[in-house]
Amino acid sequence: MGIHVIKMPDIGEGIAEVELVMWHVKVGDAVTEDMILADVMTDKATIEIPSPVHGTVAMLGGAAGQVMAVGADLIHIEVEGEGNLKAQAAKPAAPAQPVAAAPVPAAPLVAQPASPAAKPVPAPAAVSPAAPPAAPVAGPARVARGPGERPLASPAIRKRAWDMGVELQFVHGSGPAGRILLSDLEAYVARGQQGASPAAASGYRENHGEQAIPLIGLRRKIAQKMQESKRRIPHFSYVEEIDVTELENLRARLNEEWGRERGKLTVLPLLARALVVALRQFPQMNARFDDDAGVVTQYGAVHLGVATQTDAGLMVSVMRHAEARDLWSCASEIGRLADAARTGKATRDELSGSTITISSLGALGGIVTTPVINHPEVAIIGVNKIVERPMVRQGGLVVRKMMNLSSSFDHRVVDGMHAAQFVQAIRALLECPAMLFVE
Amino acid sequence: MNQHTTTLLVVGGGPGGYIAAIRAGQLGIPTTLVEAGELGGTCLNVGCIPSKALIHAAEEFEKASHFASGSALGISVQAPRIDIGQTVLWKDGIVARLTGGVAALLKRSGVRVVKGWANIVDGKTVEVIRDGESPQRIGCEHLLLATGSHATELPFMPFGGPVISATEALSPKTVPGKLVVVGAGYIGLELGIAYAKLGAQVHVVEAQERILPAYDADLTRPVAIALKGLDIETHLGCSVLGLDEGGGAVRIRNAAGEESSLNADQVLVAVGRRPSTRGFGLEKLRIDMDGHFIKVDDQCRTSMRDVWAIGDVTGEPMLAHRAMAQGEMVAEIISGKRRHFSPAAIAAVCFTDPEVVVVGATPQAARAQGIDCIDAMFPFAANGRAMSLESKDGFVRVVARRDNHLIVGWQAVGKAVSELSAAFAQSIEMGATLEDVGGTIHAHPTLGEAIQEAALRALGHALHI
Repeated sequence: MGIHVIKMPDIGEGIAEVELVMWHVKVGDAVTEDMILADVMTDKATIEIPSPVHGTVAMLGGAAGQVMAVGADLIHIEVEGEGNLKAQAAKPAAPAQPVAAAPVPAAPLVAQPASPAAKPVPAPAAVSPAAPPAAPVAGPARVARGPGERPLASPAIRKRAWDMGVELQFVHGSGPAGRILLSDLEAYVARGQQGASPAAASGYRENHGEQAIPLIGLRRKIAQKMQESKRRIPHFSYVEEIDVTELENLRARLNEEWGRERGKLTVLPLLARALVVALRQFPQMNARFDDDAGVVTQYGAVHLGVATQTDAGLMVSVMRHAEARDLWSCASEIGRLADAARTGKATRDELSGSTITISSLGALGGIVTTPVINHPEVAIIGVNKIVERPMVRQGGLVVRKMMNLSSSFDHRVVDGMHAAQFVQAIRALLECPAMLFVE
Repeated sequence: MNQHTTTLLVVGGGPGGYIAAIRAGQLGIPTTLVEAGELGGTCLNVGCIPSKALIHAAEEFEKASHFASGSALGISVQAPRIDIGQTVLWKDGIVARLTGGVAALLKRSGVRVVKGWANIVDGKTVEVIRDGESPQRIGCEHLLLATGSHATELPFMPFGGPVISATEALSPKTVPGKLVVVGAGYIGLELGIAYAKLGAQVHVVEAQERILPAYDADLTRPVAIALKGLDIETHLGCSVLGLDEGGGAVRIRNAAGEESSLNADQVLVAVGRRPSTRGFGLEKLRIDMDGHFIKVDDQCRTSMRDVWAIGDVTGEPMLAHRAMAQGEMVAEIISGKRRHFSPAAIAAVCFTDPEVVVVGATPQAARAQGIDCIDAMFPFAANGRAMSLESKDGFVRVVARRDNHLIVGWQAVGKAVSELSAAFAQSIEMGATLEDVGGTIHAHPTLGEAIQEAALRALGHALHI
């Protein structure tokens, strides 16, 4: 008969003490392999300690509620044959700690008693990889990292940690001399993920997780564009409500009549048409402002930018010459461009050169938005959702379909009054849709 | 005015700059590199590479000369001669092949190379001036300063005439009869030894009391012995006062205040290197400095956003391999990766004869940092391969923490030990312990066995001593 010792495991997190929460066994109990012996807890998680062996409980190292040092004897189990108390040298508990090494300060208990019955160890090849640990048994001799001391890890592990956004100083190193191994890093990350699940205790725990996500590719581009726009352009925003009941009637009618042959229309092509018509009166809105050179260029062509959400992020696809397209040509072009953007097949040309932009979140349009101008343009028209609202018309309450337009203008080159007049012109067109088609 | 814009603009085509540009090119960052001289910088043109070529030639010649006076190996030759012009041509050939290689690598990575002198306009704009051409203006998102360093001049003995820097010393037209080397640092000694082997009578003057004052006495002793063997006279603790009136001698004063003069056909001034921070408009950026150096953080960022600096211009150690690692890192950071410059150790090699390698902490340095450490050295006198190479002088020394045997430093002195630097640096970066190195089978018969034996000796059971 021998004694198998299980030590308080090092749960990582760089702590020296672990609370013993609960015993599942008592002295004299027969235990089988994988049976849960005890629950221990750190401030982050509760962990069950299974038995790696068959045997009988000979001694408990502490009482429930007691805070124990990492590496202290947790439990002694009497087993058939030799226990590990005799075979210290073969245990992975003290890797690379030659007997000559000074006691490890953080966990004095773990300094293996120079195994009284042990055979003399040939060569201090304590590094010899012993059998892999069967269970999270006795934690490795912890090397306390002094203040300001660098975590020890190979260049590959350092690089990987940076990529994962992990600060190595918080990762426990189980390797020789406290070296952080790949398995340590993976265990740390895995624990982080576990910690986020509500399995542990309750969902109301404080969550100390944080994740740094580098801005790369399109996201970085979007960030730069947005910043550029807001840094350079003093935005002036203007919101007006529009009665789109007539427009919606027209749209329903057109879809009923022509939907099968020509495709269904959304509000967008109608809005595009309204823009084209209104811009004839307000050419200063269909422009690009080169503020470095101090030149505003107005365009005859209406190259209409349409903000499109893709998996990679926001993109603005550009419908060329909106002024030369009828409703269905507009609709099919908008659809084609959106598909191209979403599948990543849009060409450079289809993503640049717009002269004015429409931003629409469809059903998510909300009541008001504050669109960011697509620099170097000078205006952007944001479309909000259509809702039925009670309106007062000629002294009586009626239910009308209402939609807000939230627009932003570059106040350096567009005066507030002109912006308002422009939006009012669009409103007039949309509220009396026949006007859209008067040439 | 000629004008273009790029994402990354690298100023300086030395090892730091060209590596940064190549890596940036690989990562798809539009990159332009400006270089006034030849690609490859000091390292390839007037530093590491040509000096090693000259040292090799000198060594071969010395070997032959040595055989002429009889040799224990039983080899004899007639009086050998050296055509120094041909030696320089051969060296220039190596340099040309390497700089050409750098140009090809840059081209393959899609880097635009602009020849000319860069002048900073602001943190995002550089003007490049080239004789006979209108200046070119380059705009960039990121500006990387990799301007390197240059030999320090003595104000009372400026370069010119018989007073030369390492640059001139690497392209000799003739071997001077008498050479006075000012400064017994690694550059002065490497070249002093080479010139002595080529036949010059060499005197080395050093203000401190030891040669290679950056290293400890144990490490430099075999070098001092070798200097004696080459009839190089050292004048330690002596300061240089200047040339005498005729310009044919160097006046020096020893610690006791006695003045004397050393006849010299040439005077090589090798008293250190200074960061190159002048003459390219750096002052316009008003970035933070660290003494003469540009101050950078552990990502090589300067105090100005998106202005980066790497290599000698950012501080010690002024070594090509440090600059290269920094350059690679900066390119990766700009591409969006998260990186830091945090090497555990940077190897420093001194190509004297015997060579000296220092990686990580010396025993003194480790103790000064408060590390309780053990150290052990294994002499090459007990290494079979060293004996067969006729170089029994020297040793390998390891420094490790006493508590967990983590290796914190390696030093070695001996013939060809420069190549051991790879093993030293790797063991430290990997966080090896004495047991790791002691437990690794090292091939027999090689100098590398001394590495394993030093580790075993630190553990108290070396086998061959």
